[in-house]
Formats: sequence, structure tokens, C-alpha cells
Amino acid sequence: MPFKPLPADQAMPMLEWGLNWVITNHAHQYLILHAAVVERNGRAMILPAPPGSGKSTLCAALVNRDWRLLSDELTLIRLTDGMVIPISRPVSLKNRSIEIVRKLGKRVVVGQACADTGKGTVAHMRPPTESVRRMDEPARPAWVVFPQFIQNGAMTCEERGKSTAFVELVHNAFNYNLLGLAGFNAMCGLVDACSIHRITYGSLEQAYRAIDALIEE
Amino acid sequence: MNHRPMAHSDLVISLLREPCNATKLSAQDWDLLVRQARHADVMGQLHSRLSDAGQLDNMPEAARRHLETAWNLSQRHRLAVRWELLSIADTLALLNIPVVLLKGAAYFAAGRMAARGRLFTDIDILVPKEALDTVEQIFIRNGWVPTHLNAYDQRYYREWMHELPPMQHARRGTLIDIHHTLLPPTAGILCDAAALIAVARPLEDAELGAFKVLAPSDMLLHSATHLFYGEFDRGLRELLDLDQLIRELATEPDFWPTTITRARQLDLLSPLHHAVRYTHLLLGTPIPDEVLRTQLDPAMGSIRQRLLDGLFLRAFRPDHASCNDALTRLARWLAFVRSHWLRMPVYLLVPHLLYKSLISLRKEEAGG
Repeated sequence: MPFKPLPADQAMPMLEWGLNWVITNHAHQYLILHAAVVERNGRAMILPAPPGSGKSTLCAALVNRDWRLLSDELTLIRLTDGMVIPISRPVSLKNRSIEIVRKLGKRVVVGQACADTGKGTVAHMRPPTESVRRMDEPARPAWVVFPQFIQNGAMTCEERGKSTAFVELVHNAFNYNLLGLAGFNAMCGLVDACSIHRITYGSLEQAYRAIDALIEE
Repeated sequence: MNHRPMAHSDLVISLLREPCNATKLSAQDWDLLVRQARHADVMGQLHSRLSDAGQLDNMPEAARRHLETAWNLSQRHRLAVRWELLSIADTLALLNIPVVLLKGAAYFAAGRMAARGRLFTDIDILVPKEALDTVEQIFIRNGWVPTHLNAYDQRYYREWMHELPPMQHARRGTLIDIHHTLLPPTAGILCDAAALIAVARPLEDAELGAFKVLAPSDMLLHSATHLFYGEFDRGLRELLDLDQLIRELATEPDFWPTTITRARQLDLLSPLHHAVRYTHLLLGTPIPDEVLRTQLDPAMGSIRQRLLDGLFLRAFRPDHASCNDALTRLARWLAFVRSHWLRMPVYLLVPHLLYKSLISLRKEEAGG
């Protein structure tokens, strides 16, 4: 059994982790990246980052600014054609990001916060109806952005070399080794198809500006 | 079409036996089947059987994806095993001793059908007993770390078992079991390992020239011994190994007479009897009539056989709730106890099991 039983009030986080576990352990028809992914005009932006970098907060913020939610946690790259397959589920928020997301706007619905889980306090944001309605519609990857929130930091944006990005993405992949040659080919395709940047930001406003500048290029 | 529904407890075994039954399964059957096959660790093997029978297109897309994933995993596994074997060959290069691969690694290296789709977690080798210390030292000097470091386990392996405590490579994480014979000496069975090593066969694959594999009859006898003296935690997978080995090896000239003579020599008639009986009964493995009629195990009376059937026919089912009847848990437990009973005399077995239950109790308390 992969999971130990948890108290009943942690059922929602447990369900989310259980679903993640099932996908990362079984859905090997995809290259699976630990990354949020959003879409606009048919083009997907992949946001890979370690926990604590502000990836989910940024993802929640973007989908409240007319980006379509594909996933806040798992980017599924279809091996046959390199398309990103959506999993439009509630966005998982942790600790301080819960309050930040609650304040994003009137349309935002965040569920009950669940304290003292293995990852601190956890709550989930309802995915936009439009994203759920279009969950069978894949998107072509166009950008990879490595985000890093820095408290009181300044906005920076720099392009990453393809080979450096390749290695970083491998570190963020769940099943790269397991897929062998198919995984290598999918990763090459992804890196070739995308413009790749690293941004740092001290506020969501700064992040929006950096991302707006990127998509206008 | 009007078909009698298949019993849910027999889905996996029925499909392994008759892959063409794939057309008779409902979507719910497939859902259950995938879960059962995963628990029994036979997903990859099921894929090859269905693929050989041309049935992959007769199954729902969702179920096929799971089997294809298992198959892809097994292909990836083959690359890793080859790499690991080459590394081990390097480690042992300067020692001029015969190194015989056993079980999964042997099926792979010898290109046996039994290796198709199969995963395994450790590499098993057999070396002459007198070389055991040297081999262990060489492995330790090349980055392998002994596991089971406490004094009790060390003594358990070194005094009573047929293998050293398993070693793990510090960086690659691979586990290796170094055997000096096929069965624990405490089982009271003669099983002359030197005789096995003497006739072991070189591999056709030149890159793996450092290794040998057991001769065909010995390979089958070892596989049978491992299953029927083992703990039965992967019973069906090992029965499938036996099925594949028999289908493939029985084409060698005089395979059955040679195997029976060999089993008598090595004192392994009883596991051979079980192998023949249960592969034939459960998986429909072709066995010549004269072999089926031969009383292979002179100690097997009809009451004893009925009891063992009750035990094994349950214990071979996938370890999944949907396969269990009222007696399955008991049968599995008895199969486990039986394996220990066969491997150790009672004056060693009772203290050993007591010690092990104390340890697991203590772990549970500590773990909360």
C-alpha cells in the first residue's frame, strides 16, 4: 500500500496525492514533468520548478488572467506527437499561497484549508469552468519558463541554453529514465519546440509583466 | 454471442492459458484483470502471450495501455540488466572461476522465452563454494555493500542458507544474491552444486562470455526448486517461468528422460513432480503422457496430493482480494510455513520464526 491512512479531514489532499501517484506510476504513455502548464491561443507554457518556488501560486494567478489551466502539478507530454494533454483538476495551494490566491479576485473559489498535513496547510482552488469544459483539447508546447519567487526581489528574465534546459527538465521528469529512447526523443522535441527562460519576481505583478513580454516576442 | 462468464478469480490464469479468451471479456473483466495481473507481477508476460496470439487489438484501449506500458518497462529493464551484467563481468574478470547465472538473469542472458516481459529485482549467481570468500571480497572491493548487517541475519545466511546475505551496489542500487548451491543445506537435500556447475553451458551472446547458465534439465529443476521450496510470494509468475521453460526446453533431445534421471541424482524429484502437475493443471503446459503417468514423487499418496492441490491451486492465484475464497489466506500462510518447514529442521525453524515475529512486533511498535 503506497499510502498510510490519514485523518478524515485530510481526505481532499490525500485524494489529490493519490491521483498524482497513480498518474506518475502508470501513465507512461506520456513523458511526465513535475510542472504546471497553462495555455493561450493553442500554445502551452510549461512552468517546471521545485516545491516552494511559487509555481502553483503563479499557475493559479495566470488561470485567473485568461490562461487556460492544463495542470498545476503534472505536465503530460504525449510521446506520439509531443502535445500537452490537460488534466484540469483543482489547483493545490500550500501555506501562504492560499491567502494570496483567495485575494486574486471575486471569481476565485478556494476550498477549506486543511492544516497540519505532511506538506503543511493545503487548500484547493476550483479550476475555471472553461478549462474543465476543454479538458479533452491538447495544446502544443511553446514556452518553458522556470519561475522563482524571491521575497522583495526584483524582476529578471533570462534565456536558458537548450542543453542546460534539457538537463533541468530531466531533473523535473518523473519517468524520463524509464521511457528510455522514447523519453529522450520526447524531451529533445520539447526543448527544440520551445523558447526557454528563467524568471525571478518579487510580486505577481512583476511575473505578469515578465510573461507578457515573453509571449509578445 | 452468448458466453458463460468467466469466474473472476481465474481471469488471469484463464487468459494466460487461453489468450483467445480475450474476446470474451467485458470492460469490467478487463478492469479487474489488469489489477490482478499487476498484483501477480505478470503484466509483461500477459502482454507477450496476448501479442503472440494476435489478441492485442481485441482488448479495450485503456487496458491495452497498461499492458503496453508493462511491456515497454520490461524492454527498458533488459537494457539495464545487460549493463549490470557487463559491470559484474568486469568485477569478476580477474577471477578464473565459473560464474553461473540463475533465474531471471539467466533466462535473459540465454535468450529464453521466459525472459520476455519479465521484471526482476535482483541478479542471482552461483559460484563454487570454495570460491565464495574470494568472490565476496571482490564484490566488496568493487563498490558492493553487504545488507542484513545484524549478527543474527549474518549467522542465518552464513550457517544455514544456500547464499550469502544479499549485497547491494552502493551507486547503482542493484541487488545481487551469491549462491553456492540451490537449496539451504538445512533442507537435508543432497543437491550437488559442483555437478551443476560442471555441466553448465556457455552463452551464445559473446559479450556475456564471462557467464554460464545451467544445462536445460538443471535450469528447469532449479526453477521448480525455487518455487516449491520458496515462500510463494510470486507463485504465479514463477509457475509461468516453468511453463515457458518446459515449452521451450522440451524440444531438446531426450529432455524428459534426462530431466527425470537428473532429478533423481540431485534429490529433486518432488519439486519436479509439482512443476509438471501444476503447470499442466493450471496453464495447460504440454507434458508427454508417459511423464504424466510416471510416479515422479514416490512419497506422494492420493490424500497428500489432494491436500497439496487445495493449498497450491489457491496460492497460485494472484494475491488480490477478487481472487480469494474463504481458504485463500490460510492456504497462502500454509504455503509460506511449508517452505520454511522444508528448508529447515524444526529445532532451527521454531526459534527462527519466533525471533522473526519478535522483530516485526518490535518494528510495528517503533513505527507506530
